[in-house]
Amino acid sequence: MSERLLFRGARVVDPASGRDEVADVLVEDGLVSSEGAANATVLDCDGLVLAPGLVDLHTHLRQPGREDKETVETGCRAAALGGYTAVAAMANTEPPADSAAVIHEVRDLAGAAGLCEVFPVGAITRGLAGEEMAELGEMVEAGVRVFSDDGHSVPNARLLRNAMTYVRAFDDVVLAEHCEDGSLGEGGQMHEGLISSSLGLAGEPREAEEVIVARDLAVARLTGGRLHLCHLSSAGSVELVRRARAEGVRVSAEVTPHHLVFSEEDLVTYDTNMKMKPPLRSTEDRAALRRALAEGTIDAVATDHAPHAVEEKEAEFDQAPFGTIGLETALAAVLTHLVEPGELSLSRAIEALSTAPARILGAHQHGGPIEPGRRANLVAFDPAAEWAVEPPFGSRSRNSSFLGRTLRGRVVHTMLAGDLVVADGKAQR
Amino acid sequence: MNRHLLSIHDVSAEDVVRILDTAESFREVGTRVIKKVPALRGRTVVNLFYENSTRTRISFELAAKRLSADVINFATGGSSVSKGESLKDTALTLQAMGADAIVIRHSSSGAPLTLTRWVRGSVLNAGDGTHEHPTQALLDLYTMRDRLGRLEGLRVAIVGDVLHSRVARSLSFALVKMGAEATLVGPPTLIPPEAPAWGVQVSHDIESVLPKLDVCYMLRVQRERQRQQYVPSVREYARMFGLTRARVDLLPEGALVMHPGPMNRGVEIDSDVADLPRAVIEEQVTNGIAIRMSLLYLLLGGSGAEGAPRAEEVGADV
Amino acid sequence: MGASSLMDEAEIGRALTRIAHEILERNKGPEAVVLVGIAARGDDLARRLAGEILRIEGRAVPVGALDITFYRDDIGIRAEAPEVHETRIDFDVNDRVVVLVDDVLFTGRTIRAALDALVDFGRPTAIQLAVLVDRGHRELPIRADFVGKNVPTRKDEDVRVALREVDGEDAVLVQDAVTQMGERG
Repeated sequence: MSERLLFRGARVVDPASGRDEVADVLVEDGLVSSEGAANATVLDCDGLVLAPGLVDLHTHLRQPGREDKETVETGCRAAALGGYTAVAAMANTEPPADSAAVIHEVRDLAGAAGLCEVFPVGAITRGLAGEEMAELGEMVEAGVRVFSDDGHSVPNARLLRNAMTYVRAFDDVVLAEHCEDGSLGEGGQMHEGLISSSLGLAGEPREAEEVIVARDLAVARLTGGRLHLCHLSSAGSVELVRRARAEGVRVSAEVTPHHLVFSEEDLVTYDTNMKMKPPLRSTEDRAALRRALAEGTIDAVATDHAPHAVEEKEAEFDQAPFGTIGLETALAAVLTHLVEPGELSLSRAIEALSTAPARILGAHQHGGPIEPGRRANLVAFDPAAEWAVEPPFGSRSRNSSFLGRTLRGRVVHTMLAGDLVVADGKAQR
Repeated sequence: MNRHLLSIHDVSAEDVVRILDTAESFREVGTRVIKKVPALRGRTVVNLFYENSTRTRISFELAAKRLSADVINFATGGSSVSKGESLKDTALTLQAMGADAIVIRHSSSGAPLTLTRWVRGSVLNAGDGTHEHPTQALLDLYTMRDRLGRLEGLRVAIVGDVLHSRVARSLSFALVKMGAEATLVGPPTLIPPEAPAWGVQVSHDIESVLPKLDVCYMLRVQRERQRQQYVPSVREYARMFGLTRARVDLLPEGALVMHPGPMNRGVEIDSDVADLPRAVIEEQVTNGIAIRMSLLYLLLGGSGAEGAPRAEEVGADV
Repeated sequence: MGASSLMDEAEIGRALTRIAHEILERNKGPEAVVLVGIAARGDDLARRLAGEILRIEGRAVPVGALDITFYRDDIGIRAEAPEVHETRIDFDVNDRVVVLVDDVLFTGRTIRAALDALVDFGRPTAIQLAVLVDRGHRELPIRADFVGKNVPTRKDEDVRVALREVDGEDAVLVQDAVTQMGERG
């Protein structure tokens, strides 16, 4: 595209270069440019923040298999509306992404949609059954850099050790683990505590997560491999990560917006949009997660965007599936509940939403720095704009934990490789 | 009073007194030749029972009929609920039929609250999962007050699988609300660790608790839970916590033995203990009808509308 | 507040004595008579009448209390379900003359409800009505057989009977009606 586009007068927040200043940013031929601004289409960005496009380490696009809940296209549209230019799509589709075939299919669908770059995640085990390694090498050749059996943990330490050791043959591959002990967590509908006992719901203690975090960190230490911990929920897990990192274990960690904002107290009305794995835990856990994010023990915010059909979520609490969508609300949730009250700086928030996940994912053209010659993957948002979280959404599903709430922070423009896929808050395709 | 009765937390201590006092009058109705009053004539009460429970369902059915209401029974096995119709669709169907009150028993905790989102009538919880069974707790309180003359300061032990018992939860909350002292008794694996935060005591030794009680309330052993290994065997449980003839003699004179039913005679309670005069289990059943009449009357007897005229004192002619 | 007295203690006493005589006269003696007071306060008056009859004839007539709340015609209309009082009728009403006793006769709806309740207890030979005060403004075709005092009132006035047993004093008072949400009810 030879079109020239100028983001004029935005507050450029770019953690990768340390920039936080009002400036103009010119884009030409899909790249950030240093040439003059003549003949450029001008986008007035007065009052807006311009940042590297957001990167989600943890999304469920549901295709192939559950296109009733979401497709690659609708998921990418939701991502773009949320300011994301890259998402990692988890492997628990039907069939699961345990071979190059599904990887290619998902990537092709994303390319056709042209709304967001999708980095398919490969399964660690064949069929996600937790018994045998999947053909990881074949998937690496297909471009995969992250493997995960998300939905559950790799059930035995030996298998995890073997997988982690095996992928050391490849550059920069990371295993991402959903940490949950199946037996301690069995039947658990929410966090185990006073509220679960009053509501008569089976609870899952935080130890269900912590025992696997401890196990996985030990295996990572043993193998020298790279480990990424998905959606941490407990203060104890944070403490384990802090100590392991100090010892030199190569671990990264993510937390979801809903774990940063909500707690078990939000379950008292049996709201199924608050039902997810790992469960929302105590307010003390939430405070520990916020501190860990601010100080960097937790590297990134990841949505764990998990669409579910309306009729599935409208059922009795123990019948409803686990999960909440989150691509369209992540930025606003972090801005409203952490940045605004001063618990997180804007720069650190952008780092957590964009720069750090891009680094972990190996998505080198995302996450900044915003400088000439780099691909133009950008988001411009209005940090003060207030909006109500109500359907219609870009996502095909509506199970948002923020449903009915008001948030501040609205994406205005999302640019994918120089192409304005969201303009004035509306998807362009 | 609230429009619904989903949990004991929906009623205040004053409400409880009113419910029990009103139940007195309904118990009197039960002694008449014509055990029927026209109070809820023309109203429709639906029994929506997803779990089999003949006893509770009949109790609610009699209560509604003695108030001259029309009763519809939706029970599993007979109707669309067994064909997999969603709770929401069933609710909308009942709504379309003009149900004034829906009595729901369901195996999922929170299902009654979910139901209130889709219906305009009053919802009464007849037992949801392991959450609550408020009408049982109220009829138990009524029985205690009737036999012992008071609730405040009563010493009550609830013995058994508290962890999975909605009756135990409702009763614990109710006793605390009315100023009674409740002690949960059972093996540590069957008492929720958070229970002290409910305002109750916990003990694992039944014989140390029995001599200081006004009421010993026995819960049913749920054999179907045995494979989850909370206790080594039902036999060991019965040996350690069963109410035997020898143990019942440890109770002070005048103390009551209660049980929500159905009983496993010989397991949590010995057969001859269940037949003692101090075992008021049959009275609990009779009182259940009066309490349920009281609840239906109080929930449906007012319009609940703000600004509607208050009822005038009966003495001043209406 | 602002209430004026219609009957004082002495007047109430005399009225009850006269009503007792009238009941006996009308029914040719106490043998077939039973008294059923309409709760609340009607049952206290019924007990007093029984006391008068005992004094006059030396015979105790059965006395019962009847709560008519469940037979009211305004259930579900008021904001809250009306308060319930005790019903106690431990005798057979079949083949007896039931004298219903109430403190104030006004619209007649309470009596209508009492008649419905009473027939659920059996089939009396006859039902008669004794009231301490008849204040007019009937909305149903109901009339009292025995009246303590006829008092013309405005519809927006309140007539209240106080009895020693319940209120600590005997008096019949009238005042302007308090608002709907006021202390009544």
